[in-house]
Amino acid sequence: MAFELIIFYIFSTILVGSALAVITVRNPIYAALFLVLAFFTCAGVWLLLEAEFLAITLVLVYVGAVMVLFLFVVMMLDINLAPLKEGFIRFLPVGVAVGVIILIQMAMILGPENFGLEKFAMPVGQGEDYSNTKALGRILYTTYVYPFEIAAVILLVAIIAAISLTLRKRPDSKKQNVADQVKVRREDRVRLVKMPATKKDEVQS
Amino acid sequence: MNFEVPNFTPAIPEMFVLGMACVILLLDLFVTDKGRVLTYILSLATLAIAAVLTITLHTPEPVYTFSGSYVADPMSALLKVFIYLTTACVLIYSRDYLLQRDLLKGEFYVLTLFAVLGMMIMVSAHSFITIYLGLELLSLCLYAMVALNRDSEVSTEAAMKYFILGALASGLLLYGMSILYGMTGSLDIAVVGERVMEADHDNIVLIFGLVFVIIGLAFKLGAVPFHMWIPDVYHGAPTPVTLFIGTAPKLAAFAMVMRMLVEGMQGLHVHWQEMLIILAILSIGIGNIIAIAQGNIKRMLAYSTIAHVGFILLGVMTGTAFGYSAAMFYVISYVIMGLGGFGMIILLSRQGFEADKIDDFKGLNDRSPWFALMMMILMLSMAGVPPALGFYAKLAVLESVVNAGFIWLAVLAVIFSVVGAFYYLRVIKVMYFDKAEDTNPIIAGSDMKIVLSLNSLAVLALGIFPAGLMALCMTAL
Repeated sequence: MAFELIIFYIFSTILVGSALAVITVRNPIYAALFLVLAFFTCAGVWLLLEAEFLAITLVLVYVGAVMVLFLFVVMMLDINLAPLKEGFIRFLPVGVAVGVIILIQMAMILGPENFGLEKFAMPVGQGEDYSNTKALGRILYTTYVYPFEIAAVILLVAIIAAISLTLRKRPDSKKQNVADQVKVRREDRVRLVKMPATKKDEVQS
Repeated sequence: MNFEVPNFTPAIPEMFVLGMACVILLLDLFVTDKGRVLTYILSLATLAIAAVLTITLHTPEPVYTFSGSYVADPMSALLKVFIYLTTACVLIYSRDYLLQRDLLKGEFYVLTLFAVLGMMIMVSAHSFITIYLGLELLSLCLYAMVALNRDSEVSTEAAMKYFILGALASGLLLYGMSILYGMTGSLDIAVVGERVMEADHDNIVLIFGLVFVIIGLAFKLGAVPFHMWIPDVYHGAPTPVTLFIGTAPKLAAFAMVMRMLVEGMQGLHVHWQEMLIILAILSIGIGNIIAIAQGNIKRMLAYSTIAHVGFILLGVMTGTAFGYSAAMFYVISYVIMGLGGFGMIILLSRQGFEADKIDDFKGLNDRSPWFALMMMILMLSMAGVPPALGFYAKLAVLESVVNAGFIWLAVLAVIFSVVGAFYYLRVIKVMYFDKAEDTNPIIAGSDMKIVLSLNSLAVLALGIFPAGLMALCMTAL
């Protein structure tokens, strides 16, 4: 137990620290990398809860796919941070005060007094051959089939929305049309202009 | 593990709408005509057939399926039918407007149908997960629709605000749900309701969860102090989208309040009653007072929505069966009035001209006496002047509030409504007593003119004979 507790505290400390760093560091790339660290340690905490499948999915999906894409976006965009930081100092005292009050209130309610072991018995760990992937799969396609299908529809709508917002003809964008380039004939591009001959000194003047 | 194949029959309307949305999405690729007549007719047909399916499949007893995460009861059937009706009106009103501005794409219809599906899921949800997923499906469609006009900066800004605040509200709602799940060990609303009943009603953790849920709900409904997005989004979105956001989703949000607070947390009624009283009175007060200062009619109607939401919350707050029915009656009548109000703005607008200032209504009586009359009925109804529908809706809510013993609340609500009457009457004054600055004829399709007239006349007719609708609301709950 004690060993698990130590691991839990290590992971949680790094998790909270990196989450704070995400919103405080200046460089957006560092922020994204701190978010990756937060996901990793969060996955560690989930492993302690015996949620192996979810922990691995978190690493695969969020770290492997989402965050890499996110880093690409951050690196591609030229984000000007100065306007974002405007008013930061002015709103800081109020923000910190509200944040601290909420934190204290939450700590009072969500502490061991209401969620301690005497209120909720400690869950019994599963045996070695217990597969939580199988268990998840079983309820996902039976009890939770309706929410599962709705989630699928949400993804479909996300695709439609993303495409309808980005796919449009912009008159100012310069793009290459290979077919037009191949089809082009000499007459389309070159124009012979008849000009009367001029003498050398006339041109110079 | 034993698993029973769920009974799919009650969910046939949802499946039908989903199927048709996908079919329309594909068919639209092959539609070359600019007016998209096929897409338009198919969308309207989908809504009509879904309404027929919902009515024929409806039973007086609630039917649960999909392991308790879906329910079909009279309330869901009634709200669904009104959602179809409202959406059909939205589609009819918005056609010309979108066509003139080159926004009439297949995606508008597809996203509208998916939003309808999201609302149907919310209305029929019987578990926290389905409520949340339905809400997300609806919101995602709405965010995209607000940003539909990509070249308008105001629209993009409105969409961004809506998206960020909507995501924040969803986060708060989810957090509240997770706390309630932690305390009750179930996501099924009936089970949560029982456990909350059994628990001590001063259980601080349950109240903590409740607070987050109420904040989430208030954000979605747009009650003060969580209303800041409403005026900006209503103002920035293209008018047909404003028309849609301002009407049908209110029905779904009402269902969400009923499911979560009334069915799920009846045991904590004392606590949510207090919170709803604060939200309601602030909404009625601030909504009505700030609306006076608005020169833009879309913003004015946005603040008036906030005030109407306050009345809906007042009805729910009472905790009595009559109060719930009155709130339901109010939300349905608000939706009918809102449809007409925003529909009028679309009617007056034309290419390159939005008609979203109150001054644009100047001298409407000279330009079109008939539509000035229609607008007058709508405005009087929103202000709560008899014999229009809005009067009876306010009366029913106030009656339930007085019956529940909150006479001071009823008095306050009436005072603020009288204050609010000013800005509705100002529109009427502008229409009848000011000289028209804009003398262009009003051009609109005859379908829109007929439906809009019927819409306004319905406000009057239902106001004179409210008994039928009220009886429906009473039996639905």
